Amino acid sequence: MTTSVSVPPADRDVAAVRREQDRYRCEGRWTLAGVEDFDIQWLSSPPRSGELTLDGSGIQAIDTTGALQLLTLLAALERDGRQVRLVGLHEEHRELVELVRERRAAAGEPTPPPSPPGWLERLGRGVWHHLRRSGDFLAFVGEAALALGWLLWHPRRFRWRALFGNIETAGVHALPIVALLAFMMGVVIAYQGGRQLEFYGANIFIVELVSLTMLRELAPLITAIIVAGRTGSSYTAQIGTMQVTEEVDALRTIGIPPMNLLVLPKLLALVVALPLLTLFADALSVFGGMVMAQTMLDVSYGDFLDRFPQVVTLTSFLIGIGKAPVFAAIIALVGCYQGFQVRGGADSVGRQTTVSVVQSIFLVIAADALFSVVLGSVGLWR
Amino acid sequence: MALSAVPVDPVIQIRGLRTRYGATVIHDNLDLDVSQGEIVALVGGSGSGKTTLVRAVIMLLKPAAGSIRLFGQEIVGIGTGAAFRLRRRFGMLFQQGALFGSLTVRENVAVPLREHTRLPARRIAEIADLKIALAGLPADAGNKLPRELSGGMLKRASLARALALDPALLFLDEPTSGLDPVSAGAFDELVAQLNESLGLTVVMVTHDLDSLWHASDRVAFLGEQRVIGYAPMAELVMAEHPLIRAYFEGPRGRAAREQACTAK
Ligand SMILES: Nc1ncnc2c1ncn2[C@@H]1O[C@H](COP(=O)(O)OP(=O)(O)OP(=O)(O)O)[C@@H](O)[C@H]1O
Ligand SMILES: [Mg+2]
Repeated sequence: MTTSVSVPPADRDVAAVRREQDRYRCEGRWTLAGVEDFDIQWLSSPPRSGELTLDGSGIQAIDTTGALQLLTLLAALERDGRQVRLVGLHEEHRELVELVRERRAAAGEPTPPPSPPGWLERLGRGVWHHLRRSGDFLAFVGEAALALGWLLWHPRRFRWRALFGNIETAGVHALPIVALLAFMMGVVIAYQGGRQLEFYGANIFIVELVSLTMLRELAPLITAIIVAGRTGSSYTAQIGTMQVTEEVDALRTIGIPPMNLLVLPKLLALVVALPLLTLFADALSVFGGMVMAQTMLDVSYGDFLDRFPQVVTLTSFLIGIGKAPVFAAIIALVGCYQGFQVRGGADSVGRQTTVSVVQSIFLVIAADALFSVVLGSVGLWR
Repeated sequence: MALSAVPVDPVIQIRGLRTRYGATVIHDNLDLDVSQGEIVALVGGSGSGKTTLVRAVIMLLKPAAGSIRLFGQEIVGIGTGAAFRLRRRFGMLFQQGALFGSLTVRENVAVPLREHTRLPARRIAEIADLKIALAGLPADAGNKLPRELSGGMLKRASLARALALDPALLFLDEPTSGLDPVSAGAFDELVAQLNESLGLTVVMVTHDLDSLWHASDRVAFLGEQRVIGYAPMAELVMAEHPLIRAYFEGPRGRAAREQACTAK
């Protein structure tokens, strides 16, 4: 009597095992496509003891995946100390199975992927990582300062061309978007504030409202945020990509400190360009306010411009412009630092670029708050 | 006798191929046939268009003119569905490795398996580990990221990925450059073994003279925008064409030839 079990139901195109008492006959195509649905769980449990035969003579085609499947089957049958003979394989098939067996033995047992860390470990690692990064960033700022000092002694070694190129891309090319957004901010502030002033019949105070808010706070802030998104991110992506392609290492090898070529021109370019952009934003946003004052509050351009110098002190204007170089330094240093933090491949460039923009905008707003507190405490309210 | 010589469609059949980058023509009127089970080496000076030819055959570069048949199927103007099915049947080892940097070696090898089969994750991992072992990498390499590997290990990891689907046709772009001589020999041997037991067809770009002598059935020499010589190595070195002579007649070429001849 023979019991015949096919796993899975016999089909010429897939791998199958047919059991005849203590003889297991392999049939069909033992290829990747053929063994796709093969599962040794389906095998009825083999006899408790005795000698088994695994007959490979029915195998029509085999590839390395099929050979792996055959060896897995063999190991499963041998598990409880049974003797299994592998017989009947065609010559080429046997060679391939031997090759797979040899290579697997030579490589040894593969190490399983590390299990993902628990929440406590992740929290600890996260905190430690951020603390270290903060320290690293301070070290980077210090290094940049040293390089800047070195530059003062060797002005001829400075990369003027890189400086002007950066001023052009970071400054000149940003003019249209800064103009548009600053104008719109002026309009919005004048509109919202104007509604309240109109209610009290204090229309003319629109001049103070728009000018002081814009010049002192909003124009520097909005410009810095635009530049962080536009230029800070591109600094990170550029340096990060160079890091991936080992260009940064090549620079070091040639004897060009990356700090001098990649960081200082960007830093100085932004320190020059951002105040100028802020000045431009000042003008456009006040103009936006003027347009609103004229159309909504009947404050003519003439009246607006007459009152402007009376209410806006030079200090207010200078405080606004004076913040810009600080914001510029933050954006450039964070952008470059995050670029150098790129490790490995493309996904790391994307990650660091995101971090760079988020961090520089956060630090810019934090610095702005600090300015308000400090200037307020020394009595520079106006 | 003639009975056994059933004409088989060549695995690759290129006719009148013309490729170009912008205005620069790389190949013009190029013909090449590769038969089932053959190991064909592509040689030629740097910049002669070996990589470009392979890119055209694996459908990464659209030819400007001509016809390319893969497994008997025309690929110039092929539809996306047919191209997807065809892509399952060949593997490619890129000159620079081209492993996905954010994935471990095991995950890299698993990508084609996940894309083209319905296998459960556990079996995909098993098969990936097998390919990693076949390529000659140590057991702990599976969990490493490509950036943590040496140049030679990158080559093997990328061979493992090329072998993931047990393709019938394998393209290797300079597989042994950057390998130590022992590993390079082992690599050639592995390719020969797979070729023998799987009937694998191999197209291999190489500058390695030992590989040319020991691991190739025929060698196609690229020059002047086409194939200027296509023969077994022992015949090709006798060719008259000045480009071919210049390539093989250098001191290295002669040394490899003498060594190969004494070995025989
Ligand atoms: N993306 C591209 N754009 C423009 N020209 C290219 C491009 N890729 C390659 N080329 C040009 O095509 C020619 C052939 O390049 P290809 O990479 O095919 O050479 P190769 O034979 O593989 O050389 P090597 O042995 O150095 O790898 C070269 O002259 C190269 O400058
Ligand atoms: Mg090439």
